[in-house]
Amino acid sequence: MSWTIDGAAMNSRLVMGTGGAGSLSILAEALQASGTELTTVAMRRFDAESRDSVFALLQDLGIRVLPNTAGCYTARDAILTAQLAREALETNWVKLEVIADEDTLLPDPIELFRAAEELVLDGFTVFAYTNDDPALAKRLEDAGVAAVMPAGAPIGSGLGILNPHNIETIVARAQVPIILDAGVGTASDAALAMELGCTAVLLASAVTRAHDANSMARAMALAVEAGHIAAGAGRIPKRPLALASSSFAGMVESL
Amino acid sequence: MTTTITLNGEEHELAGPTSALELVAGIVGKQLSSDGTPSDGTRLGIAVAVDGEVLRRGRWAEFALDEGHTVDVVTAVQGG
Repeated sequence: MSWTIDGAAMNSRLVMGTGGAGSLSILAEALQASGTELTTVAMRRFDAESRDSVFALLQDLGIRVLPNTAGCYTARDAILTAQLAREALETNWVKLEVIADEDTLLPDPIELFRAAEELVLDGFTVFAYTNDDPALAKRLEDAGVAAVMPAGAPIGSGLGILNPHNIETIVARAQVPIILDAGVGTASDAALAMELGCTAVLLASAVTRAHDANSMARAMALAVEAGHIAAGAGRIPKRPLALASSSFAGMVESL
Repeated sequence: MTTTITLNGEEHELAGPTSALELVAGIVGKQLSSDGTPSDGTRLGIAVAVDGEVLRRGRWAEFALDEGHTVDVVTAVQGG
């Protein structure tokens, strides 16, 4: 049941983000409830006022850290942020995010692709956050990224998977893991991502901003597992009309 | 003679000759070995950029900060 990336095997198919949690203790409980083994952090200027370290928390919980380049608008900024993350957190894994504008937070495909090419050459294991565009997903894979992470919907929107057909197409043509990232609002969205064939799901707000973060974390863990099993089991074909599940033979007929 | 640098976006005055290692140790409030790792054996989780280029941890001790340097000291925060 495990999946592998860059030689690392992981049992949990739920990748968590850490944004949006009210406090580190709420976050810690939610991360544990989710069973995640890989979790993202952002890189920002050191602030002596904030003593709490999310990096220390992840080390304590034994969760592997996946630094991101959240907030970067250009390839140049994203590359510097990735290099700083590699130095600070001692990992060459990076979730590459290069956004186009703050209203949609959708990826800028051109800057994203440029950054992905350079980071791959620089030895990074790149998890590329991208649009749900099958053509761009393929180009990123060809550029050597380790995982493609298409958005289901804009970050934090909770709109679910707006174009399931595109996600299915991306999965069908990929040789690298496809991790659905962004847009998940509730457990059924995560289950659908897995049913569409994704290797894993990344989410943050759906859990950290839920009324009961712990319960939603647990729900997501179950949904991801259920969706993965269902995808392997093979769903029945959709039909325009009913197909009786009870035989009509031996029916009692009224006189 | 004081040296003025830009530290995390703000003007910052250094009282005398200061290495990047001394600057970082002062900011995070931890004692650091000459290789840039904390003396208490923990992981620091900090990176430094000078004028937009990463300054590797192993070079912090030898790197003298100079007038006009733009220094960013970054760490992991909640996000993504």
